[in-house]
Amino acid sequence: MPVETWLYFTLGFMILGSIIALEIKDILSSIVAIGVVGLGVSVAFLFLQAPDLAIVQFLFEIFAMIILVRAFVKKDYHAETPARVNGFLVAISMLVIIAIFVSSISVFKLLPPFGQPLFETAQHYVDHGVRETGAVNLVTAIILDYRAYDTLGEVTVLFTAILGTITILRIRNGKNAGRKGA
Amino acid sequence: MILYLMCFALFLVGVYGLLTKRDLIKLILSIAVMGYAVNLFLILFAYKKDAGIPILLEGVVQGSMVDPLPQALVLTSIVIELGTTALLVALAIRLVQKYKTFDITKIRRLFG
Repeated sequence: MPVETWLYFTLGFMILGSIIALEIKDILSSIVAIGVVGLGVSVAFLFLQAPDLAIVQFLFEIFAMIILVRAFVKKDYHAETPARVNGFLVAISMLVIIAIFVSSISVFKLLPPFGQPLFETAQHYVDHGVRETGAVNLVTAIILDYRAYDTLGEVTVLFTAILGTITILRIRNGKNAGRKGA
Repeated sequence: MILYLMCFALFLVGVYGLLTKRDLIKLILSIAVMGYAVNLFLILFAYKKDAGIPILLEGVVQGSMVDPLPQALVLTSIVIELGTTALLVALAIRLVQKYKTFDITKIRRLFG
């Protein structure tokens, strides 16, 4: 089967999974459905010839699910509160989103068809990557050699985000100063 | 083109969740869905027909490869997404501890 067929299947599955995740009332089911969507992304990366990305996406999904389940499910497990649904807001949002989707069709027609990429800048990396960096995996060559400063910035952003997380979780309320932090 | 449109539909599902849901966890999940859609779109756009993985293997004749540059940048983006998700979860935990509710329409008092 051509790769497009598999991708249609995977993408349809992901759209369905994300709609289920957003509409279901039970929070644990919702988080699990998002995990399924993320694993679908990983499978799609495999079909699109990106094994490094598939591995990273898989790990990301596992970690994200561990964080979400650990943070929300164990402590006070809750179903989404059955608040009165604001029908007006939902209808307006649906209308706007459908309008955006329909009007974007003509924009996507301008893109080159699937399988014929526009980028040509990376041809240099493909041609000279091994000789210049000595890495047979060109993704690694780009991350750690050609664009090493990008990676440094990425690590900085990640460090800042983790630092922020730790800081936020360590702040204690004045009343609960003696209690153990979350 | 239909693949691009489906990917955009996935993004719009995330936008829909962000606009209409009130549960804090649902909002975090919507942001995650939007991130997936964007990453997937970049890789879809870089795919070349009948091309192989961007790794040179010993004993394999080098044919055409898919573009390694978007893959490298999306790798960066995925890792950053994990950090931002953790930050969002931490903020949500503090909000829930303070206000005792997950409903964002009930979180009104900003100070004190």
